Amino acid sequence: MTSRNRRRLEVAFPWIVITVLLVTWQAAVVALDIKPFVLPSPTAIFAAFVENRGPIMQHALFTLTSTMSGFALGVLFGVTLGVVIGSSRLVYVGLYPVLIGFNSIPKVAIVPLLVLWLGIGQPTAIATAFLLSFFPIAVNIATGLATVEPELEDVLLSLGATKADLLFKVGLPRAMPYFFASLKVSITLAFIGAVIAETIASNDGIGYLMLQASSQFRIPLMFAGVFVIAIMGIVTYLIFALIERRMTGWATRGRDMQVASGG
Amino acid sequence: MPEFVSLQDVSLNYDVSESSLALSGTTMSIKRGQFAAVVGPSGCGKSSLMKLVTGLKRSTSGTVSVAGNKVNGPLKIVGMAFQNPTLLPWRRLLSNLMLPLEIVQPHRGRLRAHRDEYVERARDLLRTVGLEEFEDRYPWMLSGGMQQRANLCRSLIHEPELLMLDEPFGALDAFTREELWGVLQSIWMTKKFTTILVTHDLREAAYLADVIFVMSARPGRVIATHPVDLPRPRTIETTFDPHFIDIVHKIRNEIAQVRNEGKAAAARTLKAV
Ligand SMILES: Nc1ncnc2c1ncn2[C@@H]1O[C@H](COP(=O)(O)OP(=O)(O)OP(=O)(O)O)[C@@H](O)[C@H]1O
Ligand SMILES: [Mg+2]
Repeated sequence: MTSRNRRRLEVAFPWIVITVLLVTWQAAVVALDIKPFVLPSPTAIFAAFVENRGPIMQHALFTLTSTMSGFALGVLFGVTLGVVIGSSRLVYVGLYPVLIGFNSIPKVAIVPLLVLWLGIGQPTAIATAFLLSFFPIAVNIATGLATVEPELEDVLLSLGATKADLLFKVGLPRAMPYFFASLKVSITLAFIGAVIAETIASNDGIGYLMLQASSQFRIPLMFAGVFVIAIMGIVTYLIFALIERRMTGWATRGRDMQVASGG
Repeated sequence: MPEFVSLQDVSLNYDVSESSLALSGTTMSIKRGQFAAVVGPSGCGKSSLMKLVTGLKRSTSGTVSVAGNKVNGPLKIVGMAFQNPTLLPWRRLLSNLMLPLEIVQPHRGRLRAHRDEYVERARDLLRTVGLEEFEDRYPWMLSGGMQQRANLCRSLIHEPELLMLDEPFGALDAFTREELWGVLQSIWMTKKFTTILVTHDLREAAYLADVIFVMSARPGRVIATHPVDLPRPRTIETTFDPHFIDIVHKIRNEIAQVRNEGKAAAARTLKAV
């Protein structure tokens, strides 16, 4: 009984936190008489959203498409790169400094370069989302592969296992928990990448919408854009967290599965 | 009986730049179907010996041959089990057991079409070690002893000609260990695969083996060979047999002596430096 109550509280708690946050915000704006162009109240933001829901949804869809395309490319490339780095010590040693260097570059700095190559619009947004999202995936796959127990490798090699056998029977399944954990991080980074590119070089997307709203001093609309991005981020994160739990219950030794089934 | 595993004056150097050898001048020969045990002080190169025989490592000098062929790459017929059970946590027990069948020919090619036959074989093995009820469990739901039984089954599922065991029962309690000696002995007596067992437990060696090789401290080589001619099947009662105790006692003294010599040699080199 108490554990069921606790579980209910766990489900309800995020909503309670969000509600308290919004109510405090609203109360503060009203009580302190903050001007809408400094900080609009949640109700004003919601009104702006309802008023402009047509264009907002259209731009949101555009951002979502760019994000998902960049993310999909990031997964493909990240997994391939991770497998290559994780299976060869030489490649690992050779590529690691380059990758670390690449990852240290703030991607905003690359967007103008991408505009030069890809022009203004969706390709640049997709490319930026891709560039931000592949790295965590590659690193996590490589880590999963590199941490296979040497004894297990010996057992399989003395059975006549090929490199491909080791990869598909042991390496990749072992890397799955790392992989799914990295997807959650990467999808969020892909959103950031897409929106950054849209604010710099695009005529569509939530990033562009917010830039427009800002230049016209339509602050509530800007905030509506921020909220839409946040909500899309949370929803995609939750989807990948759910997939992760489904696919790699063994990595947590069944703890999550018990929670899900036992309640 | 023809000899199945043979090492001629084998030495092994892990680090070419260093002159320190892990094994030096090791010679041993094991007949087909024989159960051999290797004992010796820690760090004397027993695990290295296993790697040489299975072809996972190349010898620096000397020749290793198995079944009449010189070993110069990983063998493809070996069953191996280590102290650490290394079962795959994402596979259920039965599917863990079947892993070698997905790799070794000819089973690999036949597995899809003859799945039922192989599943039956895996179940039979699980029955012999008393795990038949657990085939649908994940390894992490089993105790250490149960995992080690499963590990033993996995090393035997493809009916290897050569079984290599490196301290497989090292992490188990005394009762489970003695029980598994019996299990291993009875499987071996029906299948008669050639076996090399590395162990620190001299009673384990004397219980299971036909012949015991004693190795010197690093660099390791074989300093004594003891045939164990006690009748089979041996039981825990056998371990109280005066002849059994005699063998264990003799080997114990030999190892104590090489350990002391090893320490003295190390002290001399320290002084020289
Ligand atoms: N990969 C390696 N690289 C360098 N030296 C190694 C390596 N593996 C083992 N050695 C060295 O070779 C020697 C023999 O090691 P080995 O693991 O074969 O000993 P062992 O007899 O199995 O010891 P134990 O009984 O403690 O398991 C040791 O001195 C060890 O330091
Ligand atoms: Mg060892």
